[in-house]
Amino acid sequence: MTTVERLDNINPLVFEKAENRITTDSDWDDLIYDPFDAREIFDLIRNINDPEHPLSLEELNVVEESKCEVDDSNSDVSVLFTPTIPHCSMASLIGLSIKLQLLRTLPSRFKVTVKITPGTHASEEAVNKQLADKERVAAALENPHLLQVINRCLNPKLRNRS
Amino acid sequence: KMSVTDAAILEGHNDKVWHVAWHPNGKTLASCSSDKTIRIWAKEGEKWVCKTVLDDGHTRTIRSVSWSPCGKYMASASFDATGHENEIKSVAWSSSGSFLATCSRDKSVWVWGVGEDQEYECLSVIPSHTQDVKKVVFHPNENILVSASYDNTINVYKEDYDDDWSVVETLEGHQSTVWSIAFNSRGDRLASCSDDATVRIWQRYLPGNKEGITTKGDNPTWKCVCTLSGLHNRTIYDISWCNLTDDIATACGDDYIRIFREHKNSQGEPIFDLILSVPEAHSEDVNTVSWNPVVPGILASGSDDGTVKIWDFSVLS
Repeated sequence: MTTVERLDNINPLVFEKAENRITTDSDWDDLIYDPFDAREIFDLIRNINDPEHPLSLEELNVVEESKCEVDDSNSDVSVLFTPTIPHCSMASLIGLSIKLQLLRTLPSRFKVTVKITPGTHASEEAVNKQLADKERVAAALENPHLLQVINRCLNPKLRNRS
Repeated sequence: KMSVTDAAILEGHNDKVWHVAWHPNGKTLASCSSDKTIRIWAKEGEKWVCKTVLDDGHTRTIRSVSWSPCGKYMASASFDATGHENEIKSVAWSSSGSFLATCSRDKSVWVWGVGEDQEYECLSVIPSHTQDVKKVVFHPNENILVSASYDNTINVYKEDYDDDWSVVETLEGHQSTVWSIAFNSRGDRLASCSDDATVRIWQRYLPGNKEGITTKGDNPTWKCVCTLSGLHNRTIYDISWCNLTDDIATACGDDYIRIFREHKNSQGEPIFDLILSVPEAHSEDVNTVSWNPVVPGILASGSDDGTVKIWDFSVLS
């Protein structure tokens, strides 16, 4: 994985952001068990910044609520993401950012699967296999340069500081 | 009364435990972790305690540890990659103690000769896989080496006359990354486990075998004689074949430990029964399992949850 040298997709389509989640009284009642739902998973990843554009993954339609799935009782989370173009060289970096964000924010009982939306990327299978291999993910996240790039995607405020 | 699924919990690592290895005497266990340390554990009375923490050897995740057969030395493999181009994934001693093998994300397997004063000379660099090499294991009593890879294959190597090692056979069948491999005690069978959530059992056939399996030249050949599918729910990260009971244990990403035993009356191709499933063996992925080499039924495991556990499955035998 390399750093950004030129933009893969110079002029991406920008999509509208979803409204904030509507909270109900029961959301604040500690006596009621709230299972994780798809919207919560989406909320955790929608504001991740694209590595190339000053836009969020939600604004680029890379992540969508309808492509987030959670099975709380089986501690299973699955996210499909859609690169903006089929030859996007940033696909594994984006996938890694989504995966790391979910690993950092969800309870450790969850098994997190991050894959490319079928049929939307030329190297779909290779990227999916990389993202599923936790040893490769662990090794990648020990690379200080790569971790810095990902942290900037996860926290856009860091981006302006460099 | 201890139930079969109660285990001694060894706490101390503060990150993922990737691998555990028993000392040949069966009394001491080594574990290694993403916390960049190796811990040495042993029993004091009835209690398992951490005897030593080795924390100055590596700067990144320690992925694998291996004791020399004499028990005097330990080799460790780390993502900090000494020698190889990038992350080293596994290290293994040969049964004679005269060879050491390492493998890496750089797609190669290296075989080292071990001198009398523990001098290590690299004998062969074998670029034998097309992707990361995950695991290397030596045959229990012959100079044969086996490796497992992200390229879904297993390679078998042997030593040529001039200290050089080369691939003699490639075993294909798994549909995804092969994470680990283990020989049985006789060395005529090999078990492999994979991201495809299956275990495969490979049988060795010598030239001129009575089953009529074709071999090449004077080399034996390995053939898959059993596939255990539909029993694991996620990636199987490790497999251990007990040299005392012949039982097979697996470490799975679904947090289970499972134990398999060959069906007594299996004729022809072997049948393996799942004799025990331990759900929630750990609270996260189980990365490693290892049968005690001396005491039957004792199994050590390590997990992403940072703990090592010692299980007593001796009632099963």
